[in-house]
Amino acid sequence: MHTYEPPIFELSSPGKIGAALPDAGVPETELPAHLLRDDDLAGLPEISETEVVRHFTRISQRNFCIDTGMYPLGSCTMKYNPKIHEDAARLPGFAFIHPLQAEETVQGALQLTYELQNILAEISGFDQVCLQPAAGAQGEFAGILVFRAYHLDRGDDQRDEVLCPNSAHGTNPATAAMVGFKVVEIATDSRGNVDLADLRAKVGPRTAGLMLTNPNTLGLFDENVHEVAKIVHEAGGLMYGDGANFNAILGIVKPGDVGFDFMHYNLHKTFTTPHGGGGPGCGAVGCKEFLADYLPGPIVALKEGQYTRHTPVKSIGRLKAFKGNFGMFVRAYTYIRMLGAAGLRSVSEHAVLNANYLRVNLDKIYPVAYDRTCMHEVVLQGKIKGAPSVHTLDIAKRLIDFGFHPPTVYFPISVAESIMIEPTETESKRNMDAFIDAMKQIAHEAVENPELLHAAPTTAPVRRLDEATAARRPILKYDQAAIAALLSK
Amino acid sequence: MSNVPHELLYTKEHEWVRIDGNSAVVGITEHAQRELGDVVFVELPDVGKSFEVGEPFGTVESVKAVSEIYAPLSGEITEINNEVVDSPELVNEDPYGEGWLAKFSFTTAPSGLLSAAEYERYINDEANK
Amino acid sequence: MSHYISITESERAEMLKAIGVADVAELFHDVPADLRFPTLDLPAALAEGEMARELRRLSSKNSDVLNYSCFLGAGAYNHFIPAAVDSLLRRSEFYTAYTPYQPEISQGTLQAIFEYQSLMCGLLQMDAANASHYDGATAMAEGAIMAISATRNRRKIVVAPSVHPQYRGVLRSYTQGLGVTITGDENPAASVADAAALVDNETAVFIVQSPDFLGVLHDLKPVAEQIHAAGALLLMVTNPIALGLFQTPGMVGADIAVMEGQPLGIPLSFGGPYVGVFSCTEKLLRRMAGRLVGVTTDLNGQLGYVLTLQTREQHIRREKATSNICTNQGLMALAATIYTSLMGKTGLRKVAELCYQRAHYAAKAIGNLAGYEVLEQGAFFHEFVVRCPRPVAEITQALHAQGIIGGYDLSKDYPHLGNAMLICVTEQNTKNDIDQLVAVLGG
Repeated sequence: MHTYEPPIFELSSPGKIGAALPDAGVPETELPAHLLRDDDLAGLPEISETEVVRHFTRISQRNFCIDTGMYPLGSCTMKYNPKIHEDAARLPGFAFIHPLQAEETVQGALQLTYELQNILAEISGFDQVCLQPAAGAQGEFAGILVFRAYHLDRGDDQRDEVLCPNSAHGTNPATAAMVGFKVVEIATDSRGNVDLADLRAKVGPRTAGLMLTNPNTLGLFDENVHEVAKIVHEAGGLMYGDGANFNAILGIVKPGDVGFDFMHYNLHKTFTTPHGGGGPGCGAVGCKEFLADYLPGPIVALKEGQYTRHTPVKSIGRLKAFKGNFGMFVRAYTYIRMLGAAGLRSVSEHAVLNANYLRVNLDKIYPVAYDRTCMHEVVLQGKIKGAPSVHTLDIAKRLIDFGFHPPTVYFPISVAESIMIEPTETESKRNMDAFIDAMKQIAHEAVENPELLHAAPTTAPVRRLDEATAARRPILKYDQAAIAALLSK
Repeated sequence: MSNVPHELLYTKEHEWVRIDGNSAVVGITEHAQRELGDVVFVELPDVGKSFEVGEPFGTVESVKAVSEIYAPLSGEITEINNEVVDSPELVNEDPYGEGWLAKFSFTTAPSGLLSAAEYERYINDEANK
Repeated sequence: MSHYISITESERAEMLKAIGVADVAELFHDVPADLRFPTLDLPAALAEGEMARELRRLSSKNSDVLNYSCFLGAGAYNHFIPAAVDSLLRRSEFYTAYTPYQPEISQGTLQAIFEYQSLMCGLLQMDAANASHYDGATAMAEGAIMAISATRNRRKIVVAPSVHPQYRGVLRSYTQGLGVTITGDENPAASVADAAALVDNETAVFIVQSPDFLGVLHDLKPVAEQIHAAGALLLMVTNPIALGLFQTPGMVGADIAVMEGQPLGIPLSFGGPYVGVFSCTEKLLRRMAGRLVGVTTDLNGQLGYVLTLQTREQHIRREKATSNICTNQGLMALAATIYTSLMGKTGLRKVAELCYQRAHYAAKAIGNLAGYEVLEQGAFFHEFVVRCPRPVAEITQALHAQGIIGGYDLSKDYPHLGNAMLICVTEQNTKNDIDQLVAVLGG
């Protein structure tokens, strides 16, 4: 189907409007002339509702999404987003309440928040949860700010380093730097765990903490996690848990039990609040009792039958206006309440089962980065024997022609030509078998007819795009002349 | 195989240097631009700024990588290539010619630079690691 | 087995056999044995119908703005949302897609973000806008951090006390590890001019809001000149609906402009998810955090969209990135895009006029009530301060009993104003609603 749709500005003609608005119905007050804008809103279009709806419907058809097919993006947990969640978040008493209303007028919303705090604490083995952070990166930011506040509060002002394994997601080092810490990278050992010798060499009185994703970004549960925590704690540092991969261990192990002091949850991964094309998310955080006083606020408590908000006494402060992405709380709450404890464990069991099923079916053709039982994702390498001209990028693009969203590619950066596959628990065996067949077929093509891969995709709404031109002469907003010049080249 | 002009000097960070009296023109090597891929952005310092040998004095960016450029010698920037700022693709198209980056003046003669043969051996060794 | 899982018992057995283990539990042998499979003390699982009932029960315990008339604003606003907005947001193609890292099959999301960037630039009259931040407050804080690096490490931030108090809180949280000085808002009664006077050649940025937290519109052109003369940047916080009528950051000469995009088609939702609109001048473009979409062509020469200038971002630059932001508020940015497209230039101006006219009608009526005084602060948009004869909390309670959600109690943030309430009037408040509010206040 031909779905090309011009930029919305090209649908504009003077005099059209896409909404019905009332008359003021009150006596008129003069506008302050010296404060008015002077451009007649020239940058905005004029379009009817019919055209706007058609425009966005048409461009939506140029997207791949979970509801159209398998989306095995490693580290992103693209699982099915239940439909009841969308209804739930739009209930009048959730979607249409103001964040600054008096507490007694929003008891239901506060109760939901309170219960979700407790549920997340229970699942992860922590004492206190705060739901305010808007995304995983903001949860990390909260955690590292809390580490800083904790050390300073104890008069320990020498700690200016944060340790990050080289397999870490880019947000970890970026977060540490945003808090003013120096980042020290820790090597990975031959089994894909934190290299203990390197850790021992680098940990010390300057260590504020270590940021660890476990299962890590190689899809492996760090076998030495206890030892890692012990080494960091003995040096006076704290353990930060990046919850990006929490989907592998629900009901399997509690991060709070294996030595983590603080973690963030990605409600938009593990608890399937939709990704929305890049957000919104929720990066709720949990911690052990000794750090609870430093958490951001507000947090909801239950006092004498009333749900109330408070900010902890030594709080690092608020991280966003109001309370957090409440709409995401409602969805995650619904998800957990419908699954219960057994359902959550089944989620992780199936996520891990599916990833290992892909691993054993693909590891003969695509070298596996670390040959071990994986958790919810498997990291392969796009190195196909007899196909030197083929790279991971080509394999990914060719998968599009087979009707799959490509896995995460070139991450983790510590593995050359990496392909990181996370099927999630909601994928069917039938789809995974089709994916395995496609990967095998692509490996065959890579040797027999590599051009097919270099030219891919050919069935997507557009072919490969010229990213170099986009970056060299950026056009970042609608500019008719600039776009015409680009197209005439 | 990479093009490594014999009349130039090199660094292990993949800069090339053309010395002429008390001034030196600096760019990145053909090998470096190929590793980076399509160069989309070049950031250079203001004329008049001084750098110590080994200090980063600018950046070269491709679509998905950032690479710092290190001063191959201690000296002051006397000229920068504004053409390359406007058309970063020159670094890919002509790394030793129109894709030059900056001109330094120096008082102490640079030392420790690699000859073309040494640089070529260095990149071959790196590739075989 | 949950109804979200598609694998049968026999398939499961087949898969385990292929993997070479007898039981799923064996896949977890790397997890310390003594800590494996803990008991989770959670409420019993509910079926969908049961859950829906439970959710309705919790929802019905809250007083919503569909059933109450709402005069509360203070950073989150009750505006009319055309049905088309949510109808489009609920398309799976948009809401169940990830960040558009594979552009060939993400053109819908990418085009929508490009249009969002374009519309926000048009609204603000700024050169460039990114794909969004978490909310207005974090956009402001990240703008301040950007200003520090853009002014080559000047480390003083001056902020007017009439900037939203929670935004100023977030600014302090964000910068606590960076060794900066934040000043200007120590005295809540200080004017914009008082705060601007503190800007010196050590100052990275002056942060000012218009319409400000108390509703007042400021002429920021002279302020911008003063700030730029000191070599500092001007960061303006504004309101998207006010921009339907009033002075824009671009007109003023702001270097960075941010706003809470919630008024553009996003429900109140108890504080989130909203969308932080972030924009800046061309000169600052490469220091901007967050995702950016640009236009290019594909192999066939067809117009297409890609994420661009990615080397600014954490996944490439890691500890040297301009920010750690990754996830943004994509779907909320889409809501703002659809809303702004529907309203267009006529609709947006009309919404702004409705807010302005009805707010001024309300202010006059309340000002005529015995015991109430509308604070004279100059021109205002859709919020104004009312000095009340008794504590605001008491009044709010009385209003609630009459089906009205009252204004914001200013006594904590601006104690010098006494028993003061910040009242917000939008196009959602009819003349009848306003007359009823006046009657209850006066009664």
